[in-house]
Amino acid sequence: MSLLQVENLSIAFGGVKAVDGVSFSVEAGEVFTIVGPNGAGKSTIFNLISRLYEPSGGRILFDGQDITRLPAHKIAPLGIARTFQNIELFDHSTVLQNLLMGRHVRRKTLWIEDMLFLPRVRRAEREHRRHVEEVIDFLDLAAYRDKLIAGLPYGVRKVVEIARALSSGPRLVLLDEPASGLSVEETKDMAWWIEDMQKDLGLTILMVEHDMSLVSRVSDRVLAVAEGKPLALGTSAEVQADPRVIEAYLGAEETA
Amino acid sequence: MRVQFKSSYDHDINLFQDNRHRIQYGILILLAIAAPFVLPEYFVGELTQIAIWSLAGLGLMLLVGHTGQVSLGHAAFMAIGAFANMALMERGWPFIPALIASAVITGVAGAVLARPLLRMTGIYLAIATLALSVIIEDIAIIAEPVTGGVSGVIAPMIELFGYEIDRYGTPTAFYYLCLGVLLLVTLMYANLLRSPSGRAFLAVRDSEVSARALGVNVANTKTLAFTLSCAITGLAGALYAHMAQVVNYESFLILISITLLLQVVIGGLGSMHGAFLGAIVVVLLPQVIATLRDLVNAHTPIALGDYPGMDMAAFALIILVMVIYEPRGLYGVWLKVRTWFQLFPLYRKGMFRRSRTYLKTERMR
Repeated sequence: MSLLQVENLSIAFGGVKAVDGVSFSVEAGEVFTIVGPNGAGKSTIFNLISRLYEPSGGRILFDGQDITRLPAHKIAPLGIARTFQNIELFDHSTVLQNLLMGRHVRRKTLWIEDMLFLPRVRRAEREHRRHVEEVIDFLDLAAYRDKLIAGLPYGVRKVVEIARALSSGPRLVLLDEPASGLSVEETKDMAWWIEDMQKDLGLTILMVEHDMSLVSRVSDRVLAVAEGKPLALGTSAEVQADPRVIEAYLGAEETA
Repeated sequence: MRVQFKSSYDHDINLFQDNRHRIQYGILILLAIAAPFVLPEYFVGELTQIAIWSLAGLGLMLLVGHTGQVSLGHAAFMAIGAFANMALMERGWPFIPALIASAVITGVAGAVLARPLLRMTGIYLAIATLALSVIIEDIAIIAEPVTGGVSGVIAPMIELFGYEIDRYGTPTAFYYLCLGVLLLVTLMYANLLRSPSGRAFLAVRDSEVSARALGVNVANTKTLAFTLSCAITGLAGALYAHMAQVVNYESFLILISITLLLQVVIGGLGSMHGAFLGAIVVVLLPQVIATLRDLVNAHTPIALGDYPGMDMAAFALIILVMVIYEPRGLYGVWLKVRTWFQLFPLYRKGMFRRSRTYLKTERMR
C-alpha cells in the first residue's frame, strides 16, 4: 500500500481551479517530485496535504488513514513534516530552539508540569535535545547551533528548516522548493542531503522543485502538473521528454 | 570576552548558565531583600510598587512579548483579581487561599474570554480588549455585592502566620510579601520558557502557519497564554488592591491598561527582563520628572508648575523617543551596552542592525 495517496484532489479559489482532479500516490521510501510552471498548483497541493487549505473535493490518505478532514495541527503527529517555499522559521530564536520546536509533536509533559519544571520535564528535555543533536550532526549544523535565525544566510536557513522538519521524527517529508534561491554549490549539497535522507534515514520525500538538475538527480518518480491538472507521470527523463510538458512550459508550436 | 564551554545538555536546560550567572542573580535578590534596611521608608513604598507593576508586566509580557497577542484590556483583569481577593477575604478566607483563588478566578475569566477574543488578530484584537477596559468600569459599579458599587471596597488586614501585614503599618513586611510572590511567579515563568509550553508560545508568535505545521494547536496555545497572562495579572491586581487600600471602579481605568502595555514595550518585548525594567521606568519616571520640574521652577524664571499636564507630556515624549529609536526597549539597550563591554574594543556599530527578513509565506488561514 502506498504511504500517501491523493485521490482526485481539487480546490478552487473564487472561480480559479488551482488544483483540479489531481491523483497520485507516493510509495514508502521513494523521492516523488511534483514539477510544473509557475501557478500550476504545486504549492497548493502541499498546503492541501498539510491541511492548511480546505479541499473542495477528493481524498488524501496517509498510511491508509483518511486525513482529508483532520485539523492542520493533527497532521504532524502522524509523521508528516514539511518545509515552506519562503522559509517559515522562528526568526527570533536560535537554531537549537527552532529544532526543539520541531520536537513539539513528541512532547510528553503538560504545561503545569513545565511550569513547575518537574524532574520528568528535565528528562524529556534531555531526550529532545539528544534527538535534535542527531539531526544537527546529520545536516552538519553544529557551527550554527546557538546562532539566531535572523542572522543566518539564506542557504543555511533552508537547511535549518529541513532540520526542523526532521527533528519531529517524521516518515514523510514535504519539501517545498528546497533549492529555490540557493547557489549552485548549495543546490549540490541539497541533493546530497535529500539522497541521505532517503537512503540513511529511510524517509519518504515528496518534493516540489524547479531546478531540473536536482529533480533528475534525486527523484524516483516525477509528476508534472499545469493549471491544476496532472500532465504526465514517470521518471524524470520520461516527464521531461513528454510533449505535453514541453508545451506547458514553452507553449505550443504555432501551426501555420 | 567570555566564552561558554558547554559540557552537557543540562547547560542549556538549567535556569542559570553557570555559577557566575547564578551569583549575579543571587546578589540581585539579596539587594532586593536588604533594600528596606538601607533605604528610607518612602523608597520601600516605591520598591513595592515596582514589584507589583513588574508582576502585572510579567503577565502582559507572556501574552504580548512571548505569544504575540496584543491586549489593551489588562486593567480589567487586574480589577477582577483585586475584587475577587477583596470579596473572598471579606467572607473570611485567609490571605493565601484568597490570593491563589483570585489568580484562579482571573485565569478562568481570561480563559472564557480568550476563545472569542483570540479569533481576532492585530488591531481588531486591540480594539476588542480595549472594550474590556471600558466594560469593567460599569461591571465594577453594577456588581455591588462583590465590588462595593461606586464607593468600592476597603482592603482588609492581611494576616499571615500570625503577623498582621499592612501597607502603612508594616511597609517592609508588605514589600517582602510582594517580592515573594514576584519571585515565585518569575521562577514559574522562566520554567515555562525553557520547556515545550514556552516554545509553543514563541512558535505561535513568530509564525502561526509553521507552528500549525509542527503540530501546535494554535487556538489552545493562545488560550493557555491568555489564561496564564490573566492569572498573573490578577495576582498583581490583588496585591495592588492591598497597596492602594481602597479600590473602586476608578482604580482600573483604561489608562492602567495603556500604561501596562507601554511598560512592556519600553522594557523590551520578548524578554522577562523587559517587564522589570519597564516597571522601574513606569514607577520612577513620574517622580524623576516631578523632581526635575521643581528644579526648573526653583532655578529659572519659568514656572513649569503653572502648565498642567507637563508631566504627562514629558512622560509621553520620553516614550515616543524610546519607541522610535530603540524598538527593542531598555533590555535592547542593556544588551548593546553589555556586548560593547564584552567585545571591547571590537564592538562594531552595525552589530545590532536588524538583519533582513526574507519574504514570508503568504499568511494562510
